Amino acid sequence: MRSCVLSVFLFHRGEGFSGLFLLAVASVTLNYVKEAEIKRINKELANIRSKFKGDKALDGYSKKKYVCKLLFIFLLGHDIDFGHMEAVNLLSSNRYTEKQIGYLFISVLVNSNSELIRLINNAIKNDLASRNPTFMGLALHCIASVGSREMAEAFAGEIPKVLVAGDTMDSVKQSAALCLLRLYRTSPDLVPMGDWTSRVVHLLNDQHLGVVTAATSLITTLAQKNPEEFKTSVSLAVSRLSRIVTSASTDLQDYTYYFVPAPWLSVKLLRLLQCYPPPEDPAVRGRLTECLETILNKAQEPPKSKKVQHSNAKNAVLFEAISLIIHHDSEPNLLVRACNQLGQFLQHRETNLRYLALESMCTLASSEFSHEAVKTHIETVINALKTERDVSVRQRAVDLLYAMCDRSNAPQIVAEMLSYLETADYSIREEIVLKVAILAEKYAVDYTWYVDTILNLIRIAGDYVSEEVWYRVIQIVINRDDVQGYAAKTVFEALQAPACHENLVKVGGYILGEFGNLIAGDPRSSPLIQFNLLHSKFHLCSVPTRALLLSTYIKFVNLFPEVKPTIQDVLRSDSQLRNADVELQQRAVEYLRLSTVASTDILATVLEEMPPFPERESSILAKLKKKKGPSTVTDLEDTKRERSVDVNGGPEPAPASTSAMSTPSPSADLLGLGAAPPAPAGPPPSSGGGGLLVDVFSDSASVVAPLAPGSEDNFARFVCKNNGGGLLFFNREMMCVKKWFLFLLGRMFIFYGNKTSTQFLNFTPTLICSDELQPNILGFITKPVDPTVEGGAQVQQVVNIECVSDFTEAPVLNIQFRYGGTFQNVSVQLPITLNKFFQPTEMASQDFFQRWKQLSNPQQEVQNIFKAKHPMDTEVTKAKIIGFGSALLEEVDPNPANFVGAGIIHTKTTQIGCLLRLEPNLQAQMYRLTLRTSKEAVSQRLCELLSAQF
Amino acid sequence: MRLKRLGELCKRREGLEIRFILIQNRAGKTRLAKWYMQFDDDEKQKLIEEVHAVVTVRDAKHTNFVEFRNFKIIYRRYAGLYFCICVDVNDNNLAYLEAIHNFVEVLNEYFHNVCELDLVFNFYKVYTVVDEMFLAGEIRETSQTKVLKQLLMLQSLE
Repeated sequence: MRSCVLSVFLFHRGEGFSGLFLLAVASVTLNYVKEAEIKRINKELANIRSKFKGDKALDGYSKKKYVCKLLFIFLLGHDIDFGHMEAVNLLSSNRYTEKQIGYLFISVLVNSNSELIRLINNAIKNDLASRNPTFMGLALHCIASVGSREMAEAFAGEIPKVLVAGDTMDSVKQSAALCLLRLYRTSPDLVPMGDWTSRVVHLLNDQHLGVVTAATSLITTLAQKNPEEFKTSVSLAVSRLSRIVTSASTDLQDYTYYFVPAPWLSVKLLRLLQCYPPPEDPAVRGRLTECLETILNKAQEPPKSKKVQHSNAKNAVLFEAISLIIHHDSEPNLLVRACNQLGQFLQHRETNLRYLALESMCTLASSEFSHEAVKTHIETVINALKTERDVSVRQRAVDLLYAMCDRSNAPQIVAEMLSYLETADYSIREEIVLKVAILAEKYAVDYTWYVDTILNLIRIAGDYVSEEVWYRVIQIVINRDDVQGYAAKTVFEALQAPACHENLVKVGGYILGEFGNLIAGDPRSSPLIQFNLLHSKFHLCSVPTRALLLSTYIKFVNLFPEVKPTIQDVLRSDSQLRNADVELQQRAVEYLRLSTVASTDILATVLEEMPPFPERESSILAKLKKKKGPSTVTDLEDTKRERSVDVNGGPEPAPASTSAMSTPSPSADLLGLGAAPPAPAGPPPSSGGGGLLVDVFSDSASVVAPLAPGSEDNFARFVCKNNGGGLLFFNREMMCVKKWFLFLLGRMFIFYGNKTSTQFLNFTPTLICSDELQPNILGFITKPVDPTVEGGAQVQQVVNIECVSDFTEAPVLNIQFRYGGTFQNVSVQLPITLNKFFQPTEMASQDFFQRWKQLSNPQQEVQNIFKAKHPMDTEVTKAKIIGFGSALLEEVDPNPANFVGAGIIHTKTTQIGCLLRLEPNLQAQMYRLTLRTSKEAVSQRLCELLSAQF
Repeated sequence: MRLKRLGELCKRREGLEIRFILIQNRAGKTRLAKWYMQFDDDEKQKLIEEVHAVVTVRDAKHTNFVEFRNFKIIYRRYAGLYFCICVDVNDNNLAYLEAIHNFVEVLNEYFHNVCELDLVFNFYKVYTVVDEMFLAGEIRETSQTKVLKQLLMLQSLE
């Protein structure tokens, strides 16, 4: 080492780098004292500064030397605040070395100093025009490194010309292609499409493979944004790829890497093809299939070299080919072959390959063609979960198990995941908990299994069980009366354990509070024993859990009058009545009072059993999506089509009651909102709706995650909902909730909530109906709201909507206000659709078909055939049709699998009879929807609206 | 249907590119940093430290890939140096792993048995090598022969 240091030192001595390089060497070889380094650097900086400021003009060589030193100092980690001008001067030198250092300094140290950019751009312009390939290369590399908008403005028009000019050198073409790509990425609006695009596509045929490599990247990015314009690239890419994969390993000479012909170019071409569906031209398609088969065949051939470089390069191409096969998702044969190949890799000695095989199989699992083939590897994957040393590989194994899970193997996979959870790394526990919870719910045939699984989750990894998970188990137990008794019994038994997790106490408290009566007949779980058991955990719990338990106690007062005195004693004790925590104290006081003054009737009403929760997207799934990023999870959901989730449910938060005291509602009580103090006079739980605000105030993921504010999705959610409420819009500052009732004269209650602690000023909501909509819809706000909304306050407004004639667009609610000095302007589409004015009509089979025939004019019928976007569940479909507003006519269609509906659209001017028929095809996962109404536009609109729901 | 799926895929595939290339030694000293995305100086420093922290704890039994924020790092260790490339999670791991090796072979040839000090003292040449092989976050040239020929030509201009 020492001799090496010395030689470097001597070598550079003549160039005047000595001091600095010695320093760098020191920092490499010895642990040099930091202060000495700083001292030495400061001295050097002062020296350079004086040289730059000196009277004597520096020659190019010295200037380069000092700029290079500055750059070196910067790269050692010190700030540089001068020398930019000198660097820019170097750009106009005619010597390569000087120019190169100048450009390097700019690329590494550029900041958007506008004056300098102008000078730099000028120098770049000269170099681009110089026709000297070296200088052009330097200039292009500088643009590609900096890629600022100013540069895009200056050169986006110029570079395409350089790229396609006939006399441009190959190496310049390569740089120009990627330079243009960079500018397109930063400022797509500044890169004009034009004649050059077709010539760029033909670069795929270029003789120089380096040019093809660079051009493919450019074309891929352009094709993503402008698929039509670059469609011709598909056949060119296929033929190029075909020439590469069928070439002998020596044909491509320079581009053969460890016996693999042009691996990187192959990968890029396969990626380009992933921008498009399978080629339509049968010849091209056949050629591509041949290529993919050749690549799969090569994987089976004995390796041409034992070097890992060979197998890596070969497999890089193979994995990309598999990605393309999965992307096309149309050749069952290739998909199954890909799956078998990956299956071999699952047991490969290279960790990298095992990892990638697990990852790639995850996507294969979601293709209907290869799902079964993937499932055959279940034992290997479970084994990977147990034996892999790298946590990231185990993580992939968990992902794959999750992806391959279906009804047939769910019990095994859930059991394996649970047992892995006991020893799993802390970093992935929460995710496993979410996955187990989702699978258990999704594939539960028997809900007792589901309850057992979730309680096991809490036992094994209680700390990682997020609120969403235990809220969900409660929702499910409440919604399914067949499991309530079992759940009560099981939590009761689980609570017997001397040490149990607080989450179990929460679930136990809630469930016994609701359904403790179902097991109270057994003397081993009599009311008093239940109460004593819960109360024995009380002092160990945190405040939110204690609050929940207090609610359980008051529910017990209603369920079991015999324990009332005991509970009253507890509530009356100083530790409750004078508790330092205001929430606990308030509950104790009010519950005690309620138990004393209220008659049994009132108690029974106020403390009535919780009504079923509206079905909606599982909040756990939302949480997992949030954790993992949407792409991974949705893919799985979309393609497996087994999601037991009802999109109609809308985004209501779980509890359906305003009164925190009437129920131990988890969301309202435990998030510490304080927004809804217990109010004995609160409406009974069944009144519903009003409780929205309480929950929405929280930032809990369960409420927030599934909502994309103002998005089309959100809008679509409301189409199949008759009456009810939902969140229209929210952001950091405010949210807007509505309840509605619509029938001919629709009335919508809109609640605006200020989530901040600051006033909103000039708060003005206005209803906007477009010109097109105007004659068909009459909408008006009944009275203006107060322009000032205090922090934390909510205001209500009523909007009346009248349907004059059929319409397609929806009115828009625009809200403007000032908040903390800034002007806010928010628009949200009101979910008012034509079907809201539906009145269901029941009719017999005979009548239906008679009317159906009457509406046989081709203009009256609109039909749509479409692929199912959601699981094809009969009950869900029925609910959607009813929610859409029409009557669901049973036993009308001769085919019991079909759905028919009928109704009348009421508008002010006319009434329009509507008949609909939905024919599902489970095998093809398709629907055919037919609508017949007396008015074409109505058929059309209803068909659009309803098609989007399945 | 096809088109819609295509649209979704394109969205997912958008902006596939190298985000940065880092060469660090075991002690965490940066020997090369090439950024293909806009980061401010503090952010760069943070990234450098985080990459060092995630990469150095891994041993030979681990994969050469680590998830990193919303991206992934593909890395390879050569003696005391870690060569790391940060790419999009959907990108091809093995292609970048071998791109690193290809790059190292070029450096080795160009500097005649490259060592850490070569990278320190000839930093400006290393940047040139990087720009020949990677540009705008994409692989520009993969032929070692072509890259070395170009480098020798440039050297002759010095």
